Amino acid sequence: MSDFKVYIYILVMALVTYLIRAIPFVLFRKQIKSRFIKSLLYYLPYAVLTAMTIPDIFTATGNTLTAAVGCLAAVIFALFGKSLLTVAAAACAAAFACDLLMKLI
Amino acid sequence: MQKTKGKSPFLKGLIDGIPIALGYLSVSFGFGILAAAGGLSAFTATFISLVNVTSAGQLAGLNIIIACGPLIEMIISEFIINIRYALMSITLTQKLDDTFTTPRRMISAFAMTDEIFAVAGAQKGKLTARYFYGLMLLPILGWVLGTFLGATAGNILPESLKNAMGLMLYAMFIAIVLPPATKSRAVAVCVSICALLSIAIRFIPLFSFITPGFSVIICAVIASLFAAWRFPVNTEEENENV
Repeated sequence: MSDFKVYIYILVMALVTYLIRAIPFVLFRKQIKSRFIKSLLYYLPYAVLTAMTIPDIFTATGNTLTAAVGCLAAVIFALFGKSLLTVAAAACAAAFACDLLMKLI
Repeated sequence: MQKTKGKSPFLKGLIDGIPIALGYLSVSFGFGILAAAGGLSAFTATFISLVNVTSAGQLAGLNIIIACGPLIEMIISEFIINIRYALMSITLTQKLDDTFTTPRRMISAFAMTDEIFAVAGAQKGKLTARYFYGLMLLPILGWVLGTFLGATAGNILPESLKNAMGLMLYAMFIAIVLPPATKSRAVAVCVSICALLSIAIRFIPLFSFITPGFSVIICAVIASLFAAWRFPVNTEEENENV
């Protein structure tokens, strides 16, 4: 594919992606009255995050054990109400430490 | 959340964006490596990330470019993979405060990713444009920078660190979901159903035709529909939580 054609493809890709995001975001102005729809929208972010996390988190490091250790660290720090960054760093550090330990043993 | 009460909304957004940015850095690093392996220059790969800011869509788009597929395939693929963003955009409009003018909505929509949507959506109270700008800034930078680094220097980072960084996004999700799930039985039931569905779709061979992107939509919609039907939020609770 020529460079010119590649950039046409990239721009078409970007345009489709942007319009899908922007059209509803800009045009949708009214407050939803329905209690059911409101409830649905309340639960949706939590459900989306859960579906993205499970089961993918256990394969995220390429090793189920280090991933599980990192996940456990995240759960513990999250239960103590730590900030997003702290929880993320703790999981990363735990998985990294576990990986190093496994190499030493 | 209480700890950050005194900070400006922009700063709070920036801080909330750090784990997303670090997670993106590691994910887009992988994208950069793939793009370079597919024969794209580092500049082209970085440009893709800069104008798209989406993981699954970019991966599909990259494959179509490498395979020299027809342009219509690009349009249809991106539409189907990214249609979830329309749902997320509509959801977030319900939380926007008056500072979200049309131009600001047009700017903010650019960064409507799963992670930014979820972090913004799980905030208490209304969203301000300043918070959203703060939230979107570092993840976009991380996404672009990670792609560039992956495309130019994919093999410099030690493998074990790269692997551990792959956990950051997921750990952040746990940090968002777990506290409300321990406080509200409804949220706990909703996310438990969602997790079970997600596991079922991944491991039951019958469902192997469902792509990961669609799996997220299917699980999230079913679990949320059930929770909304079984545990509708009441007005007071909603003022407190939504």
